[in-house]
Amino acid sequence: MDYDFIVAGGGLVGSSISYGLAQQKYKVAVLDGGDRSFRASRGNFGLVWVQGKGWDFAPYAQWTGRAASLWPEFVDKLFGETGVVVDYQRSGGMHFCLNEEEWNEREQEMKKVSQHTEGSFEYEMLDHNQVKETIPQISDAVLGASYSAQDGHVNPLYLLQALQQGMDCHKVHYFPNQSIDRIESKQGGFFAHSTQGALSAEKIVLCAGLNNRRLGEMLGMNIPVVVDRGQIMITERLQPFLNLPTLHVRQTAEGTVQIGYSHEDVGLDDGTSPSVLKKIASRAVLMFPFLARVQLVRAWGALRIMTPDHNPIYQQSADCPGAFTVTCHSGVTLAAMHAGPVAEWIGGSSRLDLINQFSTNRFNVSPN
Amino acid sequence: MKNHYQLLVIGAGPAGLAAAADASRLGLDVALVDEQKAPGGQIYRNVGSAREGVRTYLGKDYLRGKPLVEEFLQSGAIYINNASVWYLDERLETGLLIDGASHFITADRLILATGAQERPMPLPGWQLPGVMTAGAGQILLKSAAMIPNGRVILAGSGPLLLLIAWQYLRAGVKIDAIIDTTPWSSLPGALPYLPRALPAFDYLLKGLSFMLAIKKAGIPVYKAVVDLRAEGHESLESVSFTTGRGKGNERTKISIEAETLLLHQGVIPNLRLPLAAGCEVEWDAQQQSWKTPKDIWGQSSVDRVLVAGDCAGIVGARAGELQGRLCALQSAHQLQKIDLEQRDRVATRIKHSLKKHLSIRPFLDTLYPPARAYQLPEDETLVCRCEEVNAGQIRQAARMGCVGPNQVKAFTRCGMGPCQGCLCGSTVSALVADETGASMEQVGYFRVRPPFKPITLGELANT
Amino acid sequence: MFRLIDETSVDTLKLSIEGREYEVPVGISVAAAVLLCGFDKVRNTPVTDSPRLPYCMMGICFDCLMIIDGVPNQQACQLEVRENMTIEVQQGAAELLQER
Repeated sequence: MDYDFIVAGGGLVGSSISYGLAQQKYKVAVLDGGDRSFRASRGNFGLVWVQGKGWDFAPYAQWTGRAASLWPEFVDKLFGETGVVVDYQRSGGMHFCLNEEEWNEREQEMKKVSQHTEGSFEYEMLDHNQVKETIPQISDAVLGASYSAQDGHVNPLYLLQALQQGMDCHKVHYFPNQSIDRIESKQGGFFAHSTQGALSAEKIVLCAGLNNRRLGEMLGMNIPVVVDRGQIMITERLQPFLNLPTLHVRQTAEGTVQIGYSHEDVGLDDGTSPSVLKKIASRAVLMFPFLARVQLVRAWGALRIMTPDHNPIYQQSADCPGAFTVTCHSGVTLAAMHAGPVAEWIGGSSRLDLINQFSTNRFNVSPN
Repeated sequence: MKNHYQLLVIGAGPAGLAAAADASRLGLDVALVDEQKAPGGQIYRNVGSAREGVRTYLGKDYLRGKPLVEEFLQSGAIYINNASVWYLDERLETGLLIDGASHFITADRLILATGAQERPMPLPGWQLPGVMTAGAGQILLKSAAMIPNGRVILAGSGPLLLLIAWQYLRAGVKIDAIIDTTPWSSLPGALPYLPRALPAFDYLLKGLSFMLAIKKAGIPVYKAVVDLRAEGHESLESVSFTTGRGKGNERTKISIEAETLLLHQGVIPNLRLPLAAGCEVEWDAQQQSWKTPKDIWGQSSVDRVLVAGDCAGIVGARAGELQGRLCALQSAHQLQKIDLEQRDRVATRIKHSLKKHLSIRPFLDTLYPPARAYQLPEDETLVCRCEEVNAGQIRQAARMGCVGPNQVKAFTRCGMGPCQGCLCGSTVSALVADETGASMEQVGYFRVRPPFKPITLGELANT
Repeated sequence: MFRLIDETSVDTLKLSIEGREYEVPVGISVAAAVLLCGFDKVRNTPVTDSPRLPYCMMGICFDCLMIIDGVPNQQACQLEVRENMTIEVQQGAAELLQER
C-alpha cells in the first residue's frame, strides 16, 4: 500500500483529519478537487459557534461544547507550527431575536443545551438595552438576543491555509485536481482512482462533502448528504465597529462585514438569487440601520454539507472496515475536534464513546 | 422604463450603439443600458459634446463616433443612461442601479457589448500616485480636455500607445520619452501576417503616420526596453529602465525624471457580464487573453445571449460596430421580425467590411505581444492593488498547492478587494500557470460574482 | 500634474477639496477635478496606508475612492462635479457615521 490513510477531500474537514492523522505519524495522502470544485470551506461564515447547537440532540450539544473548548490550544498549535494567523477570537457571540416569540423559543433552546451539557454550556438571554450596551449600533427592531461567551469567530480561509501548511509540516502528501472517481476495496486496503491514476492505502476517510454519498456507496456506507444552499454577502472595509459576531452579521479582522444566513433547497446550484440577497440585506439593515449606506463587494452562494437531522455523521463502514466518513456542515467549529479526538479515533489510538451517537444507524437505513 | 424588453443591449460603445440602433430600426422593442451619462463607451467617450476643435488633437477616428451616436439617438431605441448593471445571472435577470434605486429587467434576448479594459501592467512602483493607464490619459483628454502638466513618459506596447502619443503631441504636450517594451523579436513573427492585413491598409498607414509624427517631434524613443520601474517615495519621481541591445550589443540603464507615467500593454476583454450570464470562455493564445467564443452572428454558448465588440475578443472599434449590426440582424431574425433571406442579404456587406477590419488583428497581435515581464512580475511587485498582495505571495500560494486563482485568492486575499480581480486576475492566472507548469486553460480564471458594480445594502434592500 | 488644454471659455463651478475652495470646469469627473487642482493623493490605502491617485479613470480599478459629500468609498471618476460638493481624501477603511 502507498499510504496508511487516504483522505478524500481537502477542505476544512479533510484537512483537519489529515493534520490529526499525520500527528500520529501516519503516512497520509489527501486527494482534493480542483480550483472550481464546490467547496463548502470557501463559502462559509467563519463562526466558531456553540450556542443553540444540539438543543434537540444532546450528544451534539456535548460534542460542540468539547470542540469549542479545544479551540484556543488548537489555534496556538497551528500558529506555532505554521506561523499562519487565523484571526480567531473567542469574543462571545449573539443571536438576535426580533420578536417575543423568537426570544422565548430561543430561550427554550438555550436551556435545553445547558441541560444536555449539565450546565457547562453557559448563556445569557439579553434584552434590548443589554444588547445595545455591547452593540450600540443596533436598531429598536432588535428585541433582544441570546449570548454565549463560548462563541467566537475565525477566518475560515486562513484556517484552511494553516491546516494545509500544518499538513505539509507533517509530510502529508496533498494531491489537488485529483477528485476520486471510484474506490476499490481489495488486497486488504483501498484503491482510489482519479483521472491522474490510482493511490492505495490501508484505510480511507471520506471527507469529500457533497461527494461523500457517492463515494460512500462504494464502501458499503449509506451517507445521506443533503444539499443546502446558503447565500452570503460581504461589504467594503469599514473601520472597526462590531467586536463580537452575530449569527447574521459579523465584522472580520480586515474590517469587512459579512452578512448572511439563508437556507434553500436548490440542488447543486451555488449561485445567488436577487430575492434572497434582498432578504438578507433587508434584515441586516433592519438590525443595523447605518449599514444601509455600506457598499457590497461580493455575494455568493455556498452548498452546505447537511445531513437529514443536521447533526454530523461519524461512521466506520461495517462492510469495509478501515473505511470511515466524517460528514458535517460545521467544519469550522468542529475543526479542533476533527484534528484531535476524531483523528485519534480514526487512527485507532483512542476510543471515543460519544462518537457512536453520530453513526448513520440513527437514520434507520440499511444496517451499516 | 419597463421591466421587460424584447432586446436588452448592455454597453454604449460602438458595438452596443450599432446593435441597438439597427435592432430598433428592424422593429424590435430595444433598450440600451450604459453606466455613463452619454453614449460612446470609452473609445468615443464624450463625443456627443465634443467641440469641433477636438478633431485637431483627438483625430478623425474619434469623430467617427459622432454620427454613430446620432444614429442611435434617432433610432427609437430606449436609452437608459447612468445605469450600472450590478446583477446578472444565468436566468438573465438584469439588475440595474439608477440614481440609488435598483430595478430588475428581463429580456427575450441580451446583447452584451461591455467592451475592454487595459491589460494590467504590474511593474515595480506601478501603484505610485502619478502612474496611470494610457486609457486614463485619453479619458482625461476626451472628457475633461486635460493634459499632463509636468514631465510625462509613455511606456508600454501597442497601437494605443502610438495613438495617445500622437494625440498628446497635437494637444501641445511635451512628451519626455516614449518607452517601448515590445521585444525586438516580435517583428519577424508578425511579418507573415502582414500580407493578409493589407486590406486594412489604412490602419497600417495610420500607425506609420503616428510613428513619423513622433520622430519629427524629436521625442526620445527607447525600444525593446526591459526592467521598467516607477520610482518615488510618496509619488512618482522618476522612471528607470534598461534599453534593448544596441549596436554594440550593450544595454544601458537609464533613469528619467517624471511626474506622470502612462502605461499600456494592449487591451483585454471585459468578460464579467458574459461570464455572469453563463457564457463559455476560452483562452486565446495569440491575443493572450480569455474571450467569449461566438459565431459570426454573435451567438454565444448561451441561447439568448449574443456578444459583440471587444468584450467577446479584441477587434477594435470599427469591427465592433459591425459585429453589433450582425447581432441586431440575428436578434431580429430570432425574434421573427425578419426572415432568413433578409438577414443574410443585409449581412453580406457587413460581413465583407468586417472581414477587412479583422484582417489587421493577427498582425497587430503578433507585432505587439504583451511582454512577459509584466505578466509575470518580480516577487516584490504588487499584483493586487486593492489588497496589496505581491507576486511573491501568489507564487508561494501556488507552490503550496493552489492550482488555480480562486484557491490563491482564498489564501492571499488577492482579488477580494473592490475591483474584484479586474486588475489582478490575468496576472494571477499567469503566475499560477508559470509556477505549476499548467496551461492557462487548466488554471482558469477568477469566478465572477455579483455585484458587478457597487451597490449599497440599502439600495439592495429596496430593490 | 494636469492642466486644461484651453483655460478660456469654460463654465466653472465652486466646490471644496480637503476644506479649501476651488473653481473647476462644469461636467468633469471628481477625479479629473482633483488631478486638475494638483492633489498628490486621493486616499491612503487601508492595508499599508499608502497614497494613491486615480489609475484607470474608467471605474474598474477602485483606486480613486474618496469621501464625497460625507459618503466614503465613492469612485471619484464615476461622479461628476457639482456646485458646493465637498471632497475629502479618505484615510484607510471607510468610516460610516451612524447618524447623519
